[in-house]
Order: sequence, then structure tokens, then C-alpha cells
Amino acid sequence: MDKIRALIVDDSSVMRKIVERSLRQAGLELEKVVEAGNGAEALAVLGKGPVDLILCDINMPIMDGLEFVRALQTVEEAKATPVVMITTEGSETHVVQALSAGARGYIRKPFTPEQVREHVLPLVRKLS
Amino acid sequence: MTTDTSLAVRSHEENWLPILELAVEEVFEIMLGHRVKPAEGLQKVGSTEFTAMVGLAGALCGILTLCCDRKTARQLASCMLGPEIADCEDQVSDALGEICNMIAGNFKNKLAGTDGRCMLSVPTVIKGEEYIFYSLADGDCLETIMLFEQAPVTVSLQLHS
Repeated sequence: MDKIRALIVDDSSVMRKIVERSLRQAGLELEKVVEAGNGAEALAVLGKGPVDLILCDINMPIMDGLEFVRALQTVEEAKATPVVMITTEGSETHVVQALSAGARGYIRKPFTPEQVREHVLPLVRKLS
Repeated sequence: MTTDTSLAVRSHEENWLPILELAVEEVFEIMLGHRVKPAEGLQKVGSTEFTAMVGLAGALCGILTLCCDRKTARQLASCMLGPEIADCEDQVSDALGEICNMIAGNFKNKLAGTDGRCMLSVPTVIKGEEYIFYSLADGDCLETIMLFEQAPVTVSLQLHS
């Protein structure tokens, strides 16, 4: 598997670190990890260069995760990038909303590295 | 936004404390690698230098708080991110807010009937003990005290009726 570039979007810096650690524990080799504190920052980060995978929270100030995923679909260069939601919002309604908006996976907090592996590895293998 | 009557009534009729305790236990075990259990017969004691809180709004309205002393807050953050985190107080607050957020989310996800109709606020953390907590939540109050490294961690959920 090639090394990947990941974007982690969460308003908590602690959570961003935990997600990065979980990706490594899940066996991913990370070439680069970039971070954003909300959806608007994430769009700005994507404007500076592409990534292979996006992990995104839902409840965030300024632009939440669902708005971000919808906005991403309008960005030609980035809309094919797989997005996995990682969030405390665990209702079926949120899952359906996220997947309908364009997310490719959904992980509920609290989560284990095994859950990250299960949801993320198939997407990353497709990239390879 | 109004509180869903059926859920407000259910909080009286059903015993939600075991659900809250399970939500806390799971977050501690999965995210911190520590098994905790409710401390039997322990009253709310000790210092509460750190208070994290998350609001619930929609079908279920209220506020969930997590209180502990400074040393425990650092240990919790250290378990989440490693020992180097313990020296950075902002990161300790961030970690405590996230733990509180995950407990609130895990709790509401375990309740049938809240599907997509209960939202969580962004967490807030208060440092210091010199404050009076006054909530307009006028319904049931669920409270559990867990022992983490022999120190009490108090988790409370105050609900609107």
C-alpha cells in the first residue's frame, strides 16, 4: 500500500491527534497529515494541495461536517476524495445524511483502531 | 426548540442511570484504556478544579457535566494522548471536553427514540472551583461517581422536564 496524505478535520486538537494515531495503529503509512478545525478551514487546506483521504467530525463551529461534505462535492479537484465521518452523532439520521451528502464511511466515537481499520483500509486500497 | 414530551416523561419512568454509567464505562475503556465502575456509596467529594460540560438540545434537553481534580484531569489527558500532554493545560482542557462530549454522544445514542432529534453543543471547560453552577434544567438529575486511579470523577446529567 502506498503512503497516503490525510486531512483530519475536527475542532478539537486532541481529537485530531487521536485520529492520526488511530490511522497509524490501523496500519496506514502516512506521507503527510494536514489538519483543519472546521469545514471552512478544510476547504482552504484543500485549495493548497490534494489529499488522499479525509477524516471529518460533524459538530464543528463555522462550517460543520455535513456542510463540508456537501461543499466538497462542488470542488472538481477534490470531490472524488473519500471522506470518512468520525463523530459522536451516532443516529441513523446522521449516518444517512452523511452518506447522502457524499461521505464514504461513518465511525462513531468512541472508536477503536480496529473500527478505523475496517472503515478506512478498503477506501485506501482502492486508491492503490 | 421544544423538549419532546415523550422523552421527558420517559426520563421519569425509566431508570437511565445504568445507561449513563455504561456510556461512561465504554468511553473510559475504549478511549483511555481504563476500566472504571461506579463507586458504591461514595458522595460527591474532593476538589472539582476541572468541569467539562456539553449541552443537549432537541428531543432531550439538558446538560452533561464531568468534574474532577487537576491531577486526575492531567491523568485522563495523559491516557488519551501520552504523558507529554500533561504539561499543557489547554490540551488537558481539550481532552476533558472531548471525553465529556463522547460520554454525552454515547449516552444519547443508547437511548431509543432520540434518532437525529437531539443535538450536542461544542464542549466547554471551566478551570477553578470558585463558581456556582446554576442550570435551568428542572427535570431529573442523574449522577454517577467513577473511581479513576483512586480519584473520583463525577458525571452528572441534568435534564429539562
